[in-house]
Amino acid sequence: MDAIKENTGTAVSERKRAMGLLARASTEELQASWLAIEPKPEVHPVRGPETGLVMVRGRVGGGGDPFNLGEATVSRATVRLASGEIGHGQLLGNDREKARLAAIFDALHQRPEHRPAVDQLIDAVESRIQAEDRKHAEQTAATRVDFFTMVRGDN
Amino acid sequence: MYVAVKGGEAAIANAHQLLADRRRGDRSLPAISIDQIVAQLGLAVDRVMAEASLYDRELAALAVRQARGDMIEAIFILRAYRTTLPRFGMSVPVDTAKMKIERRISATYKDLPGGQLLGPTFDYTHRLLDPSLLTDEPVAEPLRRTVDESSMMRVSDILAGEGLIESDGHMPEDHVPGDLTREPLEFPLNRDLRLQALARGDEGFLLALAYSTQRGYARTHPFVGEVRIGEVEVELDIPELGFAVSLGPVQVTECQMVNQFQGSAKNPPQFTRGYGLVFGQSERKAMAMSLVDRALRAEEFGEDIVAPAQDEEFVISHSDNVQATGFVEHLKLPHYVDFQAELDLVRRMRAEYDARNGVEKNDPIRDAAE
Repeated sequence: MDAIKENTGTAVSERKRAMGLLARASTEELQASWLAIEPKPEVHPVRGPETGLVMVRGRVGGGGDPFNLGEATVSRATVRLASGEIGHGQLLGNDREKARLAAIFDALHQRPEHRPAVDQLIDAVESRIQAEDRKHAEQTAATRVDFFTMVRGDN
Repeated sequence: MYVAVKGGEAAIANAHQLLADRRRGDRSLPAISIDQIVAQLGLAVDRVMAEASLYDRELAALAVRQARGDMIEAIFILRAYRTTLPRFGMSVPVDTAKMKIERRISATYKDLPGGQLLGPTFDYTHRLLDPSLLTDEPVAEPLRRTVDESSMMRVSDILAGEGLIESDGHMPEDHVPGDLTREPLEFPLNRDLRLQALARGDEGFLLALAYSTQRGYARTHPFVGEVRIGEVEVELDIPELGFAVSLGPVQVTECQMVNQFQGSAKNPPQFTRGYGLVFGQSERKAMAMSLVDRALRAEEFGEDIVAPAQDEEFVISHSDNVQATGFVEHLKLPHYVDFQAELDLVRRMRAEYDARNGVEKNDPIRDAAE
């Protein structure tokens, strides 16, 4: 029982990670990976792709109860593979094609024969984001203030 | 009598064509692209997103271009666009403690964990016009330095450790965050709704009110506990899956203003706080918001309400620049009939006044509107 729970927990966290990274993939990254997949699976649209709003919430005082900060545009799509797997794609912005491709990859990620290709895509996206974040963090670190205190001498 | 006035269609169509021409300007110059506006006029784009209350850099840049750089017009256009979209849901509240920091400063602690990071700031520039920007001179790559991995502790948590500051704001149990885009405002408001209104409020209006509190109209003895700018993840619950997934990052500016408080019968002496959170990089707005947030909490702390910045209904009813511009600018629309009625009334009163004072009626210039 516990083993099953643990498995489900791992499956959830893996899918969560994959979906989060697919949301950050560029159009080029998604398209290149899609082109590389042969034979192409049959994909049926279930919902969308469509663009709408998500109300972004903050917390009062930073860590208190939630309040509504303002909305953000979000595009989303849901697709079904001929083999039955359902994929969801959702990301910030207006790019509905990206949302559709993200949904396809989320579905493909559930197929053992396609999983390595999807993992390759999301790993590449992750390393790109990490490299960008690292670069920005290092640039910010260069603007860190090093205080020094003037000490009055005794002599 | 009400007279329907028709006509003007051709004039309106031609005016809009003229607007398109003037917006494009000199055709010998290349047109400015949306990407260029996003990349090079980023803070204008951020202001439009914040006050339109819609995070979308591309659409905000489009609005700036369409509005010829008129910020309130751009905010209006983007605000109008958002009403055409369905709402998919509410995000998980963003966690500013986990922000990817681009700037973080504190005026209360010199040596705080994580340090003072200036980031891309205008502070300490000399505000001298830079002639190098007249031409397209190459810009050097920013320097890099090893990152200090210690966590960016929030300054409010440092003070909280000593018990000398009030906790983060909490609402009554089972409180559902108010949403002014769904429900008309009814005063008095809860703090969550006030923060939503302030987050989309006009920067200039909030700045002026914040300034007024510093000049003595509702003094709050403020210190910038912390300002931080950076990216936070937006997560949305996917009901079909039963868990939340990340939609990507948004950039926000957060200000924790720390205010002195003498204490009251109910509360011990401690620091109180004002909070500011704004889309994009907008430090001035976040600081102004936090000062006004604190001033509007006067009643909560049993402070005398003596100044405009403490008057919730006054502040929140007038902070939205789309509403404000709509009502002010509607005055230029045809009021021919209203004015005709007023004109008749004033003529009659003047005739009675003149008759009482024995003034001879001189030949009036006939009104052009008749």
